[in-house]
Amino acid sequence: MIKVRNKRDNSIGPVANAALNAWFILLSLACVLPILLVVIVSVSHNDSLLNRGYSFFPEKLSGIAYESLFKDYGTIVGAYGVSIGITVAGTLLSVLLMALYAYPISRGDYPLRSFFTFVLFFTMLFSGGVVSKYIVFTQAIGLLDSYMALILPLLIVPFNVFIMRTFFQTTIHPALIESSRIDGAGEWLIFFRIVLPLSLPVMATMALFGTIAYWNDWFNSLLFIRSEEKYPLQFLMMRVLNDVQYLRNNVQLAAQNPEMMSQLPNESLQMAMAVVGIGPILLVYPFFQKYFVKGLTVGAIKG
Amino acid sequence: MLALWKYRVLTFMMFPALLIVVLNNYLPMFGVFIAFKNINYTDGIWGSPWIGFKNFEFLFSSQSIWRITRNTVLYSLTFMVINLVLSVGIAVAISELRGRLLAKGYQTLIIMPYFLSMVVVSYLVYAFLNPDRGFVNVLLETFGADRVFWYSETEYWPYILTLVNAWKGVGIGAVIYIAAIAGIDPEYYEAAVIDGASKWRQTIHITLPSIQPIIIIMTILSMGHVFNSDFGLFYQVPMDAGALYPVTDTVDTYVYRVLMELNDIGMSSAAALVQSVLGFILVLATNATVRKINREQALF
Repeated sequence: MIKVRNKRDNSIGPVANAALNAWFILLSLACVLPILLVVIVSVSHNDSLLNRGYSFFPEKLSGIAYESLFKDYGTIVGAYGVSIGITVAGTLLSVLLMALYAYPISRGDYPLRSFFTFVLFFTMLFSGGVVSKYIVFTQAIGLLDSYMALILPLLIVPFNVFIMRTFFQTTIHPALIESSRIDGAGEWLIFFRIVLPLSLPVMATMALFGTIAYWNDWFNSLLFIRSEEKYPLQFLMMRVLNDVQYLRNNVQLAAQNPEMMSQLPNESLQMAMAVVGIGPILLVYPFFQKYFVKGLTVGAIKG
Repeated sequence: MLALWKYRVLTFMMFPALLIVVLNNYLPMFGVFIAFKNINYTDGIWGSPWIGFKNFEFLFSSQSIWRITRNTVLYSLTFMVINLVLSVGIAVAISELRGRLLAKGYQTLIIMPYFLSMVVVSYLVYAFLNPDRGFVNVLLETFGADRVFWYSETEYWPYILTLVNAWKGVGIGAVIYIAAIAGIDPEYYEAAVIDGASKWRQTIHITLPSIQPIIIIMTILSMGHVFNSDFGLFYQVPMDAGALYPVTDTVDTYVYRVLMELNDIGMSSAAALVQSVLGFILVLATNATVRKINREQALF
């Protein structure tokens, strides 16, 4: 995405270049090292954590945290399953529904184009707020403690719909649609057989956005999910960390409940949870980066 | 009418998404009337009595409202300025690098934090600030300093939160400006070189003015969110530690706590409505101002 331009007579000097590189190496390290620390703590032996605290260079390594993570904490496996399920279902549905909304408003000849554009745009300007949403979801449409409460809020992202609309407008020529219609294709056929196949890049971008949003969401669980077996991974992680912190701060409570303390995951186990929670996204995003960046910038530039 | 009938299939296509938008966005918009009611569960949302602006009176007579407003607005403005300066700075610098491959590599690494959830970020922060064995306290002790009980000392948190927010957001912010800089017509730079302009002057007189429209759009978008805060950052990263509320409590965390922990629908819905209305006014005002200065650059 960075255009190669002829810089032979206009690049920065070698000293400045070296200085900038040094600076960017530091910056990159600052972004990576915290994650590395968590990974290292998760494979550190408990003895070396007790002796030297969290360190990038532990004395002894141990894989026991991961072993017990999947053996003793069956909830983790369950939560992983919930997260994967929500992410896959939510992302697929989200991409399809957004495309079905973006396509009509991208068509220059569709008479209700501006009306439906405004309907969506207005939600970017004004929102009813979280309390109103909570009441509507729990009282009016009965989504308390249902997976639907986790999927619904992230399905239609107005900004992303506009990115898709812009993509359709710029890549799919009206003449193509016109000629297909003359050949007898109906609107559904045109959408699924012509528009969608030509729009794979923007679909991939949206799928990536959706995957990240669903995988990383825990706020909706905090609001709507009550039963423990429905916790997605991020929410379970949040509860574990906060419980640990709560008991640490309340020594008295901890003393009264010794078995509660002994059930607390030890520190390498906590950090192993974090590593598991980072999930597959961190491994795959470099490969999708091109699409991702494109989606991000089209949206920003066209407003 | 005839035209509408002709395009009925297109209209039909939009129905599922439209239904979602109505449930998810428009119903809650109409639901703001609960801020004017005294909601109790026996009468339900429809049967509960109207009480006019009583909830707002309670809200504005409480001490928390000033604290949460101050925190929310100050953090938002600080984040806006710091993230803008850092993102643009990184974008300009990365675009000047000679090695394209290296530039790409740096870009991949600095956007990595963006992909982490705030829960994972709170684990990372905890690895550094854990009072017993956290990385920072271990480091402090090796240098003979006293350990700090991070999760109960307010004075550090404005810096910690600003740092975490920048760490997570600056890289992705820079990507947008990198793309914008890549789109600048190279002829401008060629002309500048012929006129003997230094790199610094080229940055000031070509690069920055060229990306100004995008800076303005991004600023309008974030101006509308001055009364909003990243819930995860303020709730989960300090792990909802009560001792830290004076510097971590924002409108969003307050609304959540009052709603879920105190079960006070009146007060929380009033606070949420104030937040929505102020945000709405701010977007319109910012956009109107930009429109007045330069019509082209306004968002709508």
